[in-house]
Amino acid sequence: MPVAQTGSDRIWKRRDRRTQLTVWAVQLSCLMVFVYCWSLVSDKTIWEFVYDAPHQAGDMASRMVPPAWDYMDQLWVAIWDTINIATLGTMMAVVLAFPIAFLAARNTTPSVVFVRPIALFIIVSSRSINSLLWALMLVTIIGPGVLAGVLAIGFRSIGFCAKLLYEAIEEIDTTQVEAVTATGASGPQVLHYGIVPQILPAFAGISVFRWDINIRESTVLGLVGAGGIGLQLNASINNVAWTQVSLILLVILGTVIVSEWVSAKVRHAII
Amino acid sequence: MLRLTDLVKQYKTGDKALKNVNLEVPDGQVMALIGPSGAGKSTLIRCVNRLVEPTSGKIHLNDLELTTLGQGSLRRTRRRMGMIFQEYALVERLTVMENVLSGRLGYVPFWRSYFRKFPQADVNEAFRLLERVGLDHMVDKRADELSGGQRQRVGICRALIQNPELLLVDEPTASLDPKTSRQIMRLIRELCEERKLSAIINIHDVLLAQMFAERIVGLQLGEIVYDGPPDGLTPDVLTQIYGEEDWEATIEKVDDEDELGDDTPPQQQAATSN
Amino acid sequence: MGTNMNTSVHRTWKKPPFIQSPLLRWGLVVGAAIYIALAFGTMDVNWSRVADGIPRGQRFVSAFFPPDFVSRAGDILDGILESLWITIISTVAGIAISIPVGLGAARNLSPRPVYLASRAVLAISRTFPEIIIALFAVKLFGFGPFAGFIALSIGTLGFYGKLLAEDIEDMDPSQAEAVKATGAGWFQWLNYAVQPQVMPRMIGLGMYRLDINFRESAVVGIVGGGGIGATLLTSFDRYEFDSAAAILLIIIGIVMAVEYSSSYIRKWVQ
Repeated sequence: MPVAQTGSDRIWKRRDRRTQLTVWAVQLSCLMVFVYCWSLVSDKTIWEFVYDAPHQAGDMASRMVPPAWDYMDQLWVAIWDTINIATLGTMMAVVLAFPIAFLAARNTTPSVVFVRPIALFIIVSSRSINSLLWALMLVTIIGPGVLAGVLAIGFRSIGFCAKLLYEAIEEIDTTQVEAVTATGASGPQVLHYGIVPQILPAFAGISVFRWDINIRESTVLGLVGAGGIGLQLNASINNVAWTQVSLILLVILGTVIVSEWVSAKVRHAII
Repeated sequence: MLRLTDLVKQYKTGDKALKNVNLEVPDGQVMALIGPSGAGKSTLIRCVNRLVEPTSGKIHLNDLELTTLGQGSLRRTRRRMGMIFQEYALVERLTVMENVLSGRLGYVPFWRSYFRKFPQADVNEAFRLLERVGLDHMVDKRADELSGGQRQRVGICRALIQNPELLLVDEPTASLDPKTSRQIMRLIRELCEERKLSAIINIHDVLLAQMFAERIVGLQLGEIVYDGPPDGLTPDVLTQIYGEEDWEATIEKVDDEDELGDDTPPQQQAATSN
Repeated sequence: MGTNMNTSVHRTWKKPPFIQSPLLRWGLVVGAAIYIALAFGTMDVNWSRVADGIPRGQRFVSAFFPPDFVSRAGDILDGILESLWITIISTVAGIAISIPVGLGAARNLSPRPVYLASRAVLAISRTFPEIIIALFAVKLFGFGPFAGFIALSIGTLGFYGKLLAEDIEDMDPSQAEAVKATGAGWFQWLNYAVQPQVMPRMIGLGMYRLDINFRESAVVGIVGGGGIGATLLTSFDRYEFDSAAAILLIIIGIVMAVEYSSSYIRKWVQ
């Protein structure tokens, strides 16, 4: 109790002594961890570069204008590839995530002991590894190109879609499922009539949401050779062609804005 | 004494919520403000402490003119006016004690309030008030764990710890059951008498207004259409305020229920009813 | 009797289609089919290179049984620790700057010019993926963790500031009004009315961002921003799949640990 009696006064404190000490200890250790991390990073930093950075940034910015508009002709294919990587990758992920989600959801999995952990492991490993790392792996294995990009986006998105979907499945209204089961329906029929209609809107929403994220991610896959506009970005930076770089940045900006607009519209239409 | 002179509030949408309201509340008077939804009751009491900025007109609290105050002096003046809210408006994630002490925010510097190091006198006063409303055993409960009636009692303590001269009360019973409503209204009335406070109480319930206020002001479409004692509310007057309806039943019930009113002291009620 | 039966037996029923207009429905189907055909048709795949990759893929998969933590242990440890440092300081710094910006970007808190300026800052920092920001940070600040730190801090600012502003805009106005009516000053009002309402969700989102930043810190190294990404890139370049497998497993493990502890902390602050 943080209330104590001393003479005629009753003292009130927000926390009792033990909680207060714990709070201080946690705050102090957080501060120490931060300072320690900062000193480690600071040791590896060449501070002259950092002090010079504003000047460099100004210099870089001045060399970026005006954007090389005529370079646009060579970018259309890259934009097309970028969109395809995102779209086909999302499609692949959605198709694969659907069954995995059912295997991972506690209320639909065939076996909690054997199948569910495997499904969860697939989800976690897919989610933990950034799409750029997937791309790096796939480029090493199957060579550079759009296919590696599609697969990278696909592998990364399986876990994302499956996780959100299996959470939706676990939250479904069980009385509807019971009602369908009570009619004497078989397992697959219960799935089709009792469960799928309930999660279909969530499923569509998740797919569109992920597609939007994937557009953004597919713009950078080219940095490791997996196709899309990132290839041009990398090449232009290496050639110090700053006017091309600024054009590419504008194109990426435009693509991201358009995809956000499209996904907002589609989500609106579905829900 | 509170005096409103030619108070006008026009919202950006063009709606005139208050049209030239003139009103005087003497010290120690408990006044009920009745009227249909949208009559401007809420706007009126929010204009007094300038949670809503009046469009024109003057507000005097004793000799101080409120409508021209700058930020700093406005805050110092708000301390003198305690406010009690519809739906309690407690900060739900803070404890009962923190909510009550938040009434002292206008008096203490930021660092004290940040570290919850309020002066011992404030803490003593908080305990005394909580004891008075029967909640001193719930000091460290979080506000969202309390029942409606308990929350409103905490809200009353928060307003009183400001040591106000005036209480602005906005629909205190709108979300309470009939019995708790009466207890809360009785508590407000008693506390006003104990501390010689004047109060403006917005209230929907005509019956409660008649039971607990010494003066009734009827507001309709931003204009005062009735100002007088509770027993002057005849069917004609009510029709003027609210519109056509059979008012006989409402008025007759007052006499019945006044005699039936239970005589349990509020502390005991607080302990038993929640 | 017989004739009655006949009329009722032959009523057919079909599930009504999701999109009512047949023109739009078939238009969408045909459009989608054409798009997919075009997308696959223009995809330039070097199938012989892919075929070459199959044994390499098998080698990669088998590298997980068992992965090799030992032969590059020093490099791996350095990389992982550097990633963790970057994650922690960029999360803290990013959240620290996003608090004032987020307050500025809440419509119910700030005057219009401040609101627009803060929203513009948030929009700019959200537009580009962290990796592109890292690319430029490396050009400006040189190779090393500082560039990664800057990139992830900017990413955190855009993410956290926007969510904080939205959360403040969604808060209960009556609680805020009640505290204001006591005569509280602006900072007291923030501390008593706003902070208690947004804090639990913001702690949860902070943990979530920590999780995202760790994952991102594993890739900023690919463009020279420090962390485990560089080590991973090297091991792929040298076809040292068993070391790469080890790194990937460590990343998965740490992400799982962060996720587990963040869900625990979120329950605790509720």
